[in-house]
Amino acid sequence: MKETKITVKNLNLFYGEKQALADISIDIYSQRVTAFIGPSGCGKSTFLRVINRMNDLIDDVRITGKIQIDGIDIYDKNLDVVNLRKRIGMVFQKSNLFPKTIYENLIFGPRINGIKDRKVLDEIAEKTLIQAALWEEVKDRLDDPALSLSGGQQQRLCIARALAVEPQIILMDEPASALDPISTAKIEELIDELKKNYTIVIVTHNMQQAARVSDYTAFFYLGRLIEYDKTSRIFTNPSNRQTEDYVTGRFG
Amino acid sequence: MSILLKKHKDISGFIFINVTRLLFLMLILMLAFILIKIIVEGFSVISWEFISSEPKNNMTEGGIFPAIFGTVAVTLLMILFALPLGIFSAIYLNEYAKDSVFTRIIRTAVNNLAGVPSIVFGLFGLGFFILFVGKNLDEVLQTGLLFGQPALIWASSTLAVLVLPIIIVSTLEALNSVPKSHRDASYGLGATKWQTIKNVVLPQARPGILTGTILAISRGAGETAPVLFLGAAFFLPNLPIVDLCFGDYCIPMINPGEQFMYLAYHIFILATQSSNPTKTMPLQYGSTLVLITLTFLLNITAIIFRYRFRKILGRL
Repeated sequence: MKETKITVKNLNLFYGEKQALADISIDIYSQRVTAFIGPSGCGKSTFLRVINRMNDLIDDVRITGKIQIDGIDIYDKNLDVVNLRKRIGMVFQKSNLFPKTIYENLIFGPRINGIKDRKVLDEIAEKTLIQAALWEEVKDRLDDPALSLSGGQQQRLCIARALAVEPQIILMDEPASALDPISTAKIEELIDELKKNYTIVIVTHNMQQAARVSDYTAFFYLGRLIEYDKTSRIFTNPSNRQTEDYVTGRFG
Repeated sequence: MSILLKKHKDISGFIFINVTRLLFLMLILMLAFILIKIIVEGFSVISWEFISSEPKNNMTEGGIFPAIFGTVAVTLLMILFALPLGIFSAIYLNEYAKDSVFTRIIRTAVNNLAGVPSIVFGLFGLGFFILFVGKNLDEVLQTGLLFGQPALIWASSTLAVLVLPIIIVSTLEALNSVPKSHRDASYGLGATKWQTIKNVVLPQARPGILTGTILAISRGAGETAPVLFLGAAFFLPNLPIVDLCFGDYCIPMINPGEQFMYLAYHIFILATQSSNPTKTMPLQYGSTLVLITLTFLLNITAIIFRYRFRKILGRL
C-alpha cells in the first residue's frame, strides 16, 4: 500500500540564467525511503532543497513547475514557508548543531514554536532521543555541550533535533558522508526504523548505501531525472544505459 | 643521496625572521618603559585621599575624584548610546540590507569614519549636538539656554559617534563569522529570520561584539580632543549628579546637563595650563596611572563577559 506524499511535475530551476534542474517529474511515496543518486553537480541536492524551499534563501533563484505535498502546492503565494519547514525536517551533510547544550539543541524547534512548558519540552527531548537511538548514550549528560559528542552522535542528534518539530517528511543531504562505517551503520539502522512513520528522502554518493537503505532510487544527471524506479530494479536491471553505467561504477 | 644531507640555506628567511623579532622587541620595550615609568612615578602619589578628594590649592594639591567620576560617567553614557545603535546598524547591514552600491558606500564610509582625527569629531559634536540639536531644542521648547551649551550628554553622544565605527565593524565581523550551516539548521527547523538572528546568530556573535565594546571603551575613555569643546571643565569640584526623587525616596543619578571633569583632559591641563607645572608633575603621573587603571578595569569587565559567553559557546 503506497501513498504519494510529494508530487513534482515539470519542475525547472534556474540560478540566474543557468538552468540547474530541467523538467523533473517524480512521485515520492509516504513511509518509504527514496534515494537520490548521481554525480556531483547533477542537481540532486538542489532538488532536495526545493522540497522545503531552502532555495528561497538564495537570491536570484527562479522555479517553474509544480510541487505538491499532500496535494498542496508548496510554492503557492499564500503558503507560509515557515510552517512548511516545520513539517519537513532536514539533516545536512555535516552536523550543524548549535554551540549550545544537547538539551537546548533538541528543544530549539519546539521552543521557537512557542512551547515554553519545561515538562513538555523534557518529554519531547526524551521522546526524540529515544527515536534517534541516542537516549541511552546521552541521558545523563543532556546539559553537556552538544559539540562534545562524537561525529556520529552529533549527526544522530541532528536527526533527533529535526524530529522534535514533528515533521512528516525528513530530507537528508548525504547524512553519513563524513562518518566512519560504524556510525554510518547506526544512521542507516535509524533510517530503517524511521521510515515506519516518516517519508524519507536521502541524497547519497554512496551507491551501497542507496542500495541498502532505500526502497526507491532516482538517478539524476546534469540536472535531469534520468531514471526513477524501485531500488532493486535500478541496481539490478536499470532500463537506461546511463543509469547502468553509473550504478556499476563505469562513470561518475 | 648527498643532496638530502646538504642543508638548504634560507638567508632571506633568516633575515626576515630576525628583523621582525627585533622590531617586536623594540615595541615591547617601549611599552614596558612607558608603563614602568608611569607606575613607578605615579604609585607613590596614589592614596585613598588622592582618589577620593577634589583638587585643592589651584590644582597643585589634592585629589582627582571629580575627574574619575566624570570619565566613568561619560564613558558609561557613551556605551549606552553607541552599543545599541552600532549593533542594530551592523545587524541591518549584514542580515537585511541587500548588497547594492548604496550599502557598499555605507560600509566604506563606516570604515573611513574610524580613521577621522578625533578633533574633527569634537568640532562635529560642537556644531551638530550643541549648536544645531541643542539650540533648536531650546528654541522649540522655550527653555532659554538649557540644551544649547556644553554638557555631559553631548560629550557622550559625540564620543558615541566616534566609537560607532569600531562597534559596527567588529559586530559585522562577528555576524559574518557565524557559519551559514547554523543558519540553515535554524531555517530548516522552521525558524523565521528574526528568530534565527535572535537565537542562533547573535548568541554566537556576542564575544566579537564585546571585543568591539572593549576597544570602544578604551578609545573613548582616553580621548581628550572631542571633550574639549563639549563640557569638559578646567576645574569643577562638584560632581555632575542630580537627585531623582520619588516622594521622599531619592536616588542620585548622573546629571547629563552638567559640565564635568575628565581624566585625560585633566592631565592635559595639569601639564600645560597649570600655574606651577613642575609642582604638579607627581599629580600628572598619578592621574595617568589612574586613567590607565580605570580603562583597564572597564576592559576587564567586558573581558569577563566575553570569557563567559565564549565558555557558553564551548570555544574555550
